[in-house]
Amino acid sequence: MEHQVVGRSVPRLDGVAKVTGAARYAIDLTLPGMLHACAVRSQRAHALIRRIHVELAAAVDGVVRVVTANDLGGLVPYFGHVVLDHPILAMGHTLYQGEPVALVVAESPAAASAAAALVEVDYQELPAVIDAEQALGPGAPVLHPHRGARVGDEGFEGGAGELEGNVCAACEVGWGDVEAAFARSDLVVEGEYRYPMLYGYAMEPYNALARFDQGELVVYSSAQHPYQVRRDLARIFGLPLSRVRVVVPYVGGGYGTKSYTKVEPMAAVAAWLTGRPVKLALSVEEAILTTRSDGAVVRARSAFTAEGRLLARDFDIVLNSGAYTDNSPQVAQKAANRCFGPYALEALRVRVRAVFTNTVPASSLRGFGAPQGTLAGETQMDEAAARLGIDPVALRQRNLVPRGDPVIPGKRGLDADLAADLDLLAESLGWPARPSGKGIGFALTASDAGAFPVSTAMVRLHADGSASVLTGATELGQGSQTVLAQIAAEELGIPLPTVTVVAGDTGVTPYERTTGASRTTTIVGRALQEACRDARRRLRDLAVSALGLPPDAVEDVGGALLAGGQRISYGDAIQRWFGAEGEVVGVGAVRRAGDLARLPPFWEIGCCGVVVALDPETGVVTVEQLTTVGDVGFAINPALVHGQDAGAAMMGLGAALREELVYAGEVLANPNVVDYRVPRFSDLPARIDQLLVERRDGIGPYGAKGAGEGALNPMAAAVAGALGRLTGRFPHRFPLTPERAWRLLADLVPAPGHDRTDTR
Amino acid sequence: MSRAIRCRLNGVERSIEIEDSTLLLDAVRGLGLTGAKPSCELEVCGACTVLLDGLPVSACTTLAAEVEGRELRTIEGLARGGRLSAVQQAFIDHFAFQCGYCTPGMILAAEALLDHHPHPSRAQVLHWMEGNICRCTGYESIVDAILAAAERRVERK
Repeated sequence: MEHQVVGRSVPRLDGVAKVTGAARYAIDLTLPGMLHACAVRSQRAHALIRRIHVELAAAVDGVVRVVTANDLGGLVPYFGHVVLDHPILAMGHTLYQGEPVALVVAESPAAASAAAALVEVDYQELPAVIDAEQALGPGAPVLHPHRGARVGDEGFEGGAGELEGNVCAACEVGWGDVEAAFARSDLVVEGEYRYPMLYGYAMEPYNALARFDQGELVVYSSAQHPYQVRRDLARIFGLPLSRVRVVVPYVGGGYGTKSYTKVEPMAAVAAWLTGRPVKLALSVEEAILTTRSDGAVVRARSAFTAEGRLLARDFDIVLNSGAYTDNSPQVAQKAANRCFGPYALEALRVRVRAVFTNTVPASSLRGFGAPQGTLAGETQMDEAAARLGIDPVALRQRNLVPRGDPVIPGKRGLDADLAADLDLLAESLGWPARPSGKGIGFALTASDAGAFPVSTAMVRLHADGSASVLTGATELGQGSQTVLAQIAAEELGIPLPTVTVVAGDTGVTPYERTTGASRTTTIVGRALQEACRDARRRLRDLAVSALGLPPDAVEDVGGALLAGGQRISYGDAIQRWFGAEGEVVGVGAVRRAGDLARLPPFWEIGCCGVVVALDPETGVVTVEQLTTVGDVGFAINPALVHGQDAGAAMMGLGAALREELVYAGEVLANPNVVDYRVPRFSDLPARIDQLLVERRDGIGPYGAKGAGEGALNPMAAAVAGALGRLTGRFPHRFPLTPERAWRLLADLVPAPGHDRTDTR
Repeated sequence: MSRAIRCRLNGVERSIEIEDSTLLLDAVRGLGLTGAKPSCELEVCGACTVLLDGLPVSACTTLAAEVEGRELRTIEGLARGGRLSAVQQAFIDHFAFQCGYCTPGMILAAEALLDHHPHPSRAQVLHWMEGNICRCTGYESIVDAILAAAERRVERK
């Protein structure tokens, strides 16, 4: 057996805590003397704030303070990890309906919310723009005439093209002579595709509990990236990083929605002004008004030869990025890198513009940028196959980037065998058989993982031979603590039950850039392997010293040392050297160097398909089969990989068939989980095939690559292909609600008054 | 106005201080029983599910006053003597959760299902569980866990 602990579906370390209700999330935490905050939210999409009347609210029994932007003197009142343009509270004007304009702090949540309803705001309305393409047009109000400063972080430089008017982020990708390639092609497929703006619905809404303690700011939060939040908070209060402690316990769903700073500055400001701990827990409606994902309009052209050779592609993508920059530059860059697919192209032109509008700010959501562009890219592969009379699997096979070749010049070569993956997928779907009344669809993506390789990890070997792993990575449910414990047990040669993971506390755990982009297993795993090697090195040195033996007389066999024919446990070696209890600390670090110098660290593969049926009476689409191919290099815990793939695919089906945030005029019309419908038990496909492909071709531990986004990215395109082949018309607009599917089948154009979802 | 109500909470008779307007979710969480989670506030996600006289209810839309004299069970009252219930164990064995936020409600709804239908079909499981949302797993592992727990429960008897 090559490995002892990794490669096995060991039970989750957090299992008992989570099935007994003992697991504590940030929303469960309280502190003595704690106050509760409630935000007053803008009722205008775009307006000057003339005056905020706080008197009635301040008089409510239990109200301690009503905070407005006027109270933030002496602070840096903005946050943002890319551009400092997101105000803690609206600064003299509001840029979207739902923006926090004041904060009521009270002894109870009920007093805070009752008083918040009594705060009156005098607005002077300004023209608002909700639609991204209108925001690009002449005469649109310019939402950020004075741009926020760029933070200047090497990993966040994407999307920093020319920024004029309402362009929040812009980027271009391309090579070759696009016009020449189109000119000599036999078939050009052209179309406009729309992907909805989405709400991730992590079931624990955003919340934070902040307090100041002897000049140190401590914030308990539901954040995915505590170190990014720490940096924003340190900047706001002018504190050294060492005096800002962000602690993240269990997190109730992340999916990218909890990336970067959200409600922490409001809670911290309230604690700073009142001198007491303050909790701010949003409702789901408020969470929807905090962050969503970028809706997209994608105009795409693809040029093919009659034999099915894809020569060139041309994409123009407009993202609706909402009121503030947040993570939209990364989303724009990733949309650009991911839209054209893992195909060998002689020429490519991609232009992406992320656009400010008077809507909820967009930021990260699982797969960011990939699903939007992929819908167009992969649907055009299917449309071309139909028009050329070529099998759509064969058409893709003919054009795939082979293993090792660059998908994008200058980037890491493709670390996957997509042709083999696609064969597995087709076989599971029964392709090329086409059962009557069913539609089969499939799609492929290779995403340049946004996992910027910076990570540190520590391992503490204790005097009884057990070990604690310290990591800044947060446990969002993906199972990172279990996987990291497996890696540590494997590397140290000690039993898994003796390994504990301490995670997500910037005051205790070592630096972790983010927990996102499917990075933890690969990037943190690498840092942890180094930490374990470092601990073993130190342990052996200390045994050599304690035993007074020449270095080559002590051999580390994993879990124990051999010295002069004698077996000494790690714990014994520690105790002998210290003469008492002690411990050995190993540290590991990963940076953009060596085999991680070339980005992306890995290509995250999406390879999924569906078999669907369409009710001709109601337009309801039923997904009868779902197949995911998890090309993850090596599954350290196969059951956890299956969980990531199944969850991501289901989330993708939600976006494909049901989910969409809808603006009615300047107001978000469906900010709740009744009108914004996420997948439920009844949406579970009758058959799910989850295939795992382990070719040990990743850069992570034991050949692992990331998982978690891959299975979401191709889902809308897979559904488009299935419905296209079933109805003879490929849908271009998502989600494919029953009405849209019914109209597709009946070949009816959308009723203009009826289809109110023109907000890209 | 504040007053005391009595109920049987997780098998123990006790008195709880409430206001007339106190929601059951706030009442149990106020007692430190934070397994019931706030989320949708509209009775559609099931994260706040507790068992009232053996049937699942959404604690976010139930008044605490309604439990007067009744039997209330939260996730904290499920494991007996430190021994996990068959459903709890099956959720661990089948990786039927990720973030775990929906899990207490999910498990209590499943317990009630198996109490009323000890041998549910897959279709019955899907129907009964429709009132609980999970954003992480995609549901299949939960269905598998519940069906496995049904078998194990029968064996235990």
